[in-house]
Amino acid sequence: MTNMQKIERDIGITDTKISARNVNVHYGATHAIKDVNVDIADKTVTAFIGPSGCGKSTFLRCMNRMNDTIDICRVTGKIELDGRDINAKSVDPVQLRAQVGMVFQKPNPFPKSIYDNIAYGPRIHGLAKSKADLDEIVEKALRRGAIWDEVKDRLDQPGTGLSGGQQQRLCIARAVATEPEVLLMDEPCSALDPIATSQVEELIDELKQNYSVVIVTHSMQQAARVSQKTAFFHLGTLVEFGDTSQIFTNPTDPRTESYITGRIG
Amino acid sequence: MTALPFVLLAVAVIAGYTINRMAAKSIRDGGSRLHSMASYHGMFSALVILVPVLTFILLWLLLQGTVIDRLVMGALPDGALEGLDSGGVQLVLSEIKSISRGQVFGTPESWKLEAAEHHAALQTKAGWLLVASVAVISLLLLGFARSRVAAEFRARQGVEGIVSGLMIFCSTVAIFTTIGIIVSLSYETLRFLDRVPLYEFLFGLNWEPQIPLREDQVAAEGAFGWIPVILGTIVITVIALVVAVPVGLFSAIYLNEFAPRKLRAVVKPLLEILAGVPTVVYGFFAILVVAPAIRSFGQSIGLDVAPNTALAAGSVMGIMLIPFISSFADDALSAVPRALRDGALGLGATRGEMMTTVLFPAALPGIVGGVLLAVSRAIGETMIVVMAAGLIAKMTINPLDSVTTVTVQIVTLLIGDTSFDNPKTLAAFALGMMLFLVTLMINIFALRIVRKYREAYD
Repeated sequence: MTNMQKIERDIGITDTKISARNVNVHYGATHAIKDVNVDIADKTVTAFIGPSGCGKSTFLRCMNRMNDTIDICRVTGKIELDGRDINAKSVDPVQLRAQVGMVFQKPNPFPKSIYDNIAYGPRIHGLAKSKADLDEIVEKALRRGAIWDEVKDRLDQPGTGLSGGQQQRLCIARAVATEPEVLLMDEPCSALDPIATSQVEELIDELKQNYSVVIVTHSMQQAARVSQKTAFFHLGTLVEFGDTSQIFTNPTDPRTESYITGRIG
Repeated sequence: MTALPFVLLAVAVIAGYTINRMAAKSIRDGGSRLHSMASYHGMFSALVILVPVLTFILLWLLLQGTVIDRLVMGALPDGALEGLDSGGVQLVLSEIKSISRGQVFGTPESWKLEAAEHHAALQTKAGWLLVASVAVISLLLLGFARSRVAAEFRARQGVEGIVSGLMIFCSTVAIFTTIGIIVSLSYETLRFLDRVPLYEFLFGLNWEPQIPLREDQVAAEGAFGWIPVILGTIVITVIALVVAVPVGLFSAIYLNEFAPRKLRAVVKPLLEILAGVPTVVYGFFAILVVAPAIRSFGQSIGLDVAPNTALAAGSVMGIMLIPFISSFADDALSAVPRALRDGALGLGATRGEMMTTVLFPAALPGIVGGVLLAVSRAIGETMIVVMAAGLIAKMTINPLDSVTTVTVQIVTLLIGDTSFDNPKTLAAFALGMMLFLVTLMINIFALRIVRKYREAYD
């Protein structure tokens, strides 16, 4: 079994980070995601676009099993991270979420100090051996979150006191602090003003050097700006998936074209 | 007879509503555009009649008795009340009243019979006078309201103005009641402090409120130091909280975060039923079940246990407080935004880690506020301790001993034939005042914390 997996990994899918096969999601009686197949590449930004309620956020939450926290939600199908089924019994969702970090729509810093916000993940996962170690992790994460210069003098102040854009970058830094391999972003800029948005977009562009980033967005301009791959969802199905340039200039499916040109959505 | 003014009022209100509504409708049918809908015009008229006339009737009924009594007593023949103190005068008055109701005992003096007739006549007269006044005032108001009907009259705002006035009145009732309570308590407390020095009351270590009520009675001199009494209250409150806080908190945490939805749907209403049990029933439970159990258990391991232990009263009071603390903590936990839970879970925290590191700290101020409100309930709780705690004030913090509480002492001081002119009964008011002050301070403190917590996130 392990050999098979190893061989499979060695040949076909060298730079695929996450692969989803026949994923279906039900919320009670509602069939929210229908047979979605998608491969997320490593060290790239993949954008999920589509009209409201099309299931893109739901699908995003499948990839770190956040849907487990919702009682009525049922996920079937196979999602593999580096060839390992994340829904297998042997996988601890808690460990998985450290590996696949998540940034939410609304900035959600904990009502703790900036330092404690960043140190939260490293502390619960025991990533730091000493205080100095932890200080270093915090600084590194804040630098990667492109917010270090703004907060380095007030690390002991509450994270909730920052502006919206700073809060969101703080949350990105917080997710980065646990050294994830994949970063899931659920409309990270929808609560931000244009300046904060462009800062976060810049940050996403830098992050892709180290991580595989998946971003759900309502803004097609944003998808075009930050992503290399784009997936278009409509009514729970994945309509089209391909290079961003191709999706936006030469979509194959008429529904994608209608959405991009603003006729549906 | 008493119903008649109210019937008249009801008729006037309905008439006012109908008349103004019709009038407004006819203006509209005449082609003008009304500022307010016809029903607002009707409502305006109804309220303009209802509020003043109802106030008038209630005030009249309140004062009628006193005025008639004064008139009757004033008209008594000279010398009839000579040599009587105020108690005696009251006695004569109530005799006259009962005669006028037709209850005659023995053979009363003729001047009393005359006075009774006078009383009855005045009462009938007053009744008709009230009916007449109500009719006149209602008609005047009806006319006034009708005269206001016009296309551009702002009846909507008029109705809202009257209703908001009523709401202001209702919301100030509680405030004025509180002020009234404070004033009456302070008055009696000051009278108590005339007889017992403040220093002795606040710092005395003896509480023996037995004093001779008659000259020839043999009794102790009486000692009014409240320390042992408040100490008993503190002991019982601490025991209650030791029971209620952990159980309440853990049940709230479990129900809020860990329990399956079906279990929560069953357990939560059950907990709320526990909150609805009358405290006197908890009292039964304490004396019949808990106290004997503690005593027999204590004796079986060789401890000296009083029949009325602080432990029994306190632990049953704790059970009473469980739903209180649990529902407060549950609300505080539920108020923490979903985004914070997601944030912690998304970073790979387990549910337990999320609870201890994020949810609980975020909800803590609300939980502390709830616990403090529970403290003031425990301090003020009366029935359980009256039934299950002791009567003798002892300077002890031993939970297996019998202690008394402030509330128990207030009850026992005021039971039976009492006159409010000796330190024994007045002490009850002083205790009540202290209780009021202590719980007031705790409540203010608790509300501050709760308010602060509202600003913690968002």
